[in-house]
Formats: sequence, C-alpha cells, structure tokens
Amino acid sequence: MENEMNKDLLLAEDGLSADDFELLEETEKDSEFIAVEAKTYFQDAWKNFKKNKLATAGLIFLVIMLLAAIFTPMLSPYTYDQQDLTMRNALPSAKHLFGTDKFGRDIFIRVMYGARISLSVGFASAFINLILGVMYGGFCGYFGGKLDMILMRLVDIIYSVPTLLYVILVMLIFGSNIFSVLLAICISGWIGMARQVRAQVMSLKEQEYALAAKVMGASDSRILFKHLVINSIGPIIVTTTHMVPSAIFTEAFLAFVGIGISIPQASWGTMASEARGLIMSYPIQMVWPVLAICLTILSLNFIGDGLNEALDPRKRS
Amino acid sequence: MQMSKYILKRLLFGVVTLFALAAITFFLMHAIPGSPFAGETSHVPAEIRAKLIEHYGLDKSPTEQFVIYMKNALNGDFGTSLNRKGMLVADIIAMGLPVTAKLGACAFCLAMFMGILLGTIGAFAKHRWVKNAITFFATLGVSVPGFLFALFLMVVFGVLLDWFPLIGLSTWKHYIMPSVALSIGPIANITRLTKSSLSEQLKQDYMILARSKGTGQVLVIIRHALKNAMIPIITSAGPLLATLLTGSFVVESLFSIPGIGAEFVNSVSNRDFTLIMALTIMYGAMIIVANILTDIISAMIDPRIRLK
Repeated sequence: MENEMNKDLLLAEDGLSADDFELLEETEKDSEFIAVEAKTYFQDAWKNFKKNKLATAGLIFLVIMLLAAIFTPMLSPYTYDQQDLTMRNALPSAKHLFGTDKFGRDIFIRVMYGARISLSVGFASAFINLILGVMYGGFCGYFGGKLDMILMRLVDIIYSVPTLLYVILVMLIFGSNIFSVLLAICISGWIGMARQVRAQVMSLKEQEYALAAKVMGASDSRILFKHLVINSIGPIIVTTTHMVPSAIFTEAFLAFVGIGISIPQASWGTMASEARGLIMSYPIQMVWPVLAICLTILSLNFIGDGLNEALDPRKRS
Repeated sequence: MQMSKYILKRLLFGVVTLFALAAITFFLMHAIPGSPFAGETSHVPAEIRAKLIEHYGLDKSPTEQFVIYMKNALNGDFGTSLNRKGMLVADIIAMGLPVTAKLGACAFCLAMFMGILLGTIGAFAKHRWVKNAITFFATLGVSVPGFLFALFLMVVFGVLLDWFPLIGLSTWKHYIMPSVALSIGPIANITRLTKSSLSEQLKQDYMILARSKGTGQVLVIIRHALKNAMIPIITSAGPLLATLLTGSFVVESLFSIPGIGAEFVNSVSNRDFTLIMALTIMYGAMIIVANILTDIISAMIDPRIRLK
C-alpha cells in the first residue's frame, strides 16, 4: 500500500503518470542483452592478429616464400648445381631472373633451394624444441623440489657449452648435411622453451583450478598437459615463433663461416659466403641471399610480435 | 635470506657448474675424431710422432688426462697450445682478451645507451610515426644477422665512402665500425625490452600520482619509470656483457682484429684441445659471474626480489 503511494508520488514529481508507460512486447524483452557473438580464444586472437598490418604482411610473405620454395624448383628449367660456364656472373635478365653466379648457376633457383633448407631447418628445429622444451619444462615446473633443481642445473650446464662445439662434434660424426645442422641447433635450442614453460607452470600450478582438478582426482599428467600447459599456450606459441628465425640465423651463420651444409648445395648462408669474395665486382649476387634472409626473419619476427599481442589480451594497446 | 649467504651459495653452484662444463667439454672434445698431429706433421716418422703423443700425454686414457688437466688448471697452468708451437695457452688468452674486452666494452656501452634511449623515446613518443619507426628499426635490428650487417658496414662506410679504416684497431676511428657491428643486435634487443617494460610502468598509478604532483616529464621518466623498468634490462645486460667481452668470431675475423673471439673457431677446427678447453672455461666463467652479478644488482634495485 505504502509502496504504491511512493510510486505515485515519484511519478507525480517527474510529471509522469502510470499511463505514460506501456508493457514491452515479448520480442523486445531481450534488448538489454547486448553482447557480441561469442568467440573462442583462437578466433579472437586471429581477429586481433589481422588488425596488425605488419604481422599480416609478414604472414603473407612467409606463405608466398613457402609455396615458392616448394613449387618453383619443380617447375624451373634450372637446378641448383647446374653450371653454364658461358653465362658466368650474368646480371639479372629474363632468362636468369636474379642473374647467375661465378659458376653460371641460376641464382633465383638457388635462392629457392636455399629457402627449402633454411625454412625446413627453422620449422623443424622449432617443432623439436617445442616438444622437448614443453615436456622438460613442464615436468620440472610441475614437480619442483630437489629433482627440479638438479634438472635445471643440468640444463644450465648444457646451455653453457658453446654451440659451436656441438656443431663441430655433430658434423664430424654425421657429416656436413642438413640433419647435422638441425641436430646441432636442437641440442641446446630447446632450453629457452623449457625455462619459459617451467616458469609458467610454476606460477599456474598455484591457481585454484589446478587444486580443484587435483581434488577431483585428475592425474598429474592430465593436470599438467590439459590444464597448465594449455593455459600457457600464448607464451609457448610466441617463443616458438621466435625460435624459427633464430634457427635460420644459426644455419646462415654456420654456412657463412664455412661449417654448414656442404657445397654445391645452396643455403642462404653458403650463397652469402660465396658472394662475399665478389662483393666489390658483383655486389648484386650478395643482395639476393641477404634479402631472402632478412625479409624472412623480419616476417617471422613481425608474426611473432603480432601473435604476442593477439594471444595476450593484456598486451594489446 | 642473508645477502652474503646467498652470494656464497651462488658462487658454490657456479664452481660446480664450471667443473661440469669443463668435464663435458673435455670428453666431447676427445670424442671428436681427428688428431692435432694429423695435418702438417703427418709426414713425421712414426717414432717421433709416438714421442710427441707421449710428450703431450695423449696416450693416456681420457679420464687420466682429465684429472691431470684439472690439477694443472687449478694451479693456473692451462698447458701449451697444440697448434701454435711453444705458445702457452694462458699467453694466447692474455694477448687476445684485452683487445676483445676493450672492443666489447665499447659495444656494450653503445648498446646500453642507444637501446635505453631509443626504447624510452619509443615508449613516451607523442607521435605515432616515431613509435612505429622505432618499433620497425628494433625489429629490423634483430632480423639482420650480425655478419651481414658487419659486411654492409665495411662495404658502405669502409670502401665506398671511405670514412673509417677497414681493418685493425690502432686508433679510435678503428673502433667505430666493429663496435657498431657488434652492438646492432643488442641495441635492437634492449630497445624492445625497454619499450615494453616502460609501457608496462606507464599504466601504473604511481606514474599518474607523480605527474599530478607536478613532477616534470623528464624527471618522471628518469626517477620513476626507468628505475622500475630496469629489472628486465639488467637481467639481459649481464649475459650480454659476458658475450661481448668474449668477442664474436665473425666481427673479429672480418675486421682482422687479433682478439679472442676469432681464436675459438680456429682452435676448434685445428683440434687445439688445450686452447678449446681454456676458452670454454673462460667463457663459462664469464657467463656464470655475469649471471651472479645480475642477480645481485637486481636484488639491490628491487627489494621485492630480496624478500623471496
């Protein structure tokens, strides 16, 4: 009764009466419910990734590079070691798109073969390092204690042996080929990932959902891989994207120093190394492999940065 | 935990790590096929060769050799170089290290100064294009391999423009190109770190408080934001210093600098066991000391780390 009076009073004060209102139609009742379409984590990340122009450009370049690396050697009339001594050090022309080197080999096709080597070394080593690093880091972070300390000290030691020593050792045992390069990069390459995952898992395992999962009887491996690792997927993906360029870097460096894959196979590093001797007379031969290395690594870094922002909402500006 | 106790514990771990590193390197090295007497001395009669091998103790088992080596190393005797006749390993290092360290120190200062400066500008710049330009430069800097950048500098500034001398280290002008070549990657890295770390600080309430109390922009940046953003920068500066002080193979061999960086690759390809060992131990020790120093400085700057 009193309520009714209050309401009338209020309405009167505003100069409104009950007649000024009407009931909502049934269909209009949802209009308060304003929400965007629900998205999964990766749909949301993809939407944000696409907004980043540099990252998108990087992705497009990388896809083109990958397709070119796979298909151009199949379609081209030249091969990476086919010499034409009448056409030495030719400048770029319609016949030889990027010109030829001192043995008359087509530089364009060699850059494409180089892409095969560099990209496979990059992606394969990132994949291996991803698996190893997540397993090792996850194990150490989850179980902690003395075992963790011993295992992490072991990692410190493996990490402090100069990479070059591993490289030489592997090369001498397995020969100078792409697999040796890959193996040498992976011996200590996974450690960064292991440290990252360990730190993530250590902080995440203190969260309530981990405890809840444990109380409900989930096994350790389920908690670790289905909960903790999945929840650190953002940093893991970002670290992986940064591993690809660093592997390509290492391969190029080794080839440049002269201990990578053996000639006449083409990698961007060996091509740069060969062009170094002719840098004053035919600088154009240096340009192509260098451009290939720099643009590829630049693209990968842009993609990594784009993913970093896209996968972690806190980092969006 | 007490600071001195903490430092002591870290040092102890450092010594254990170093010992393990020495052991691993030693046995890895012995697993590498090939002998230091395989090259130019291969024509030497068998008896003399046997004598040489005996003289250098290469006939003993690797474990025995390792024990002898460590005993001598603890007394400061790292043996003679197997490749350069009669040269003491300690002398080779004593000759090369100061050269490399001087260059490394220049590169380190350049990297820290430029990196923090560019990173700060990148974080505080009012204009969007300044920010974008710095981000782009920083990404470019980590995307160009050091050897290519060094080569680029040599061709453009050494040959075409002829501004700086190409090889050697005799005057201050000689230092410029190798220092820049060494520091370009680190500059880009520190720029990225500083920028992201500072941007994080900018969102904090104390920044707004300091500004609202009338503190000038520059003072806010230096006294508040930079100080708090320093931790990640210092954490990466430690290993960076160790790496730069031990030198780079590429830069030293391209610029013909008689330092220690070029020595390592040569010693590995020459199977100069004693030199490899000494260089690895030196490198490991540098990294370990740098890491300990980094942790101590971080604890001094940030009380939160001390409490853990």
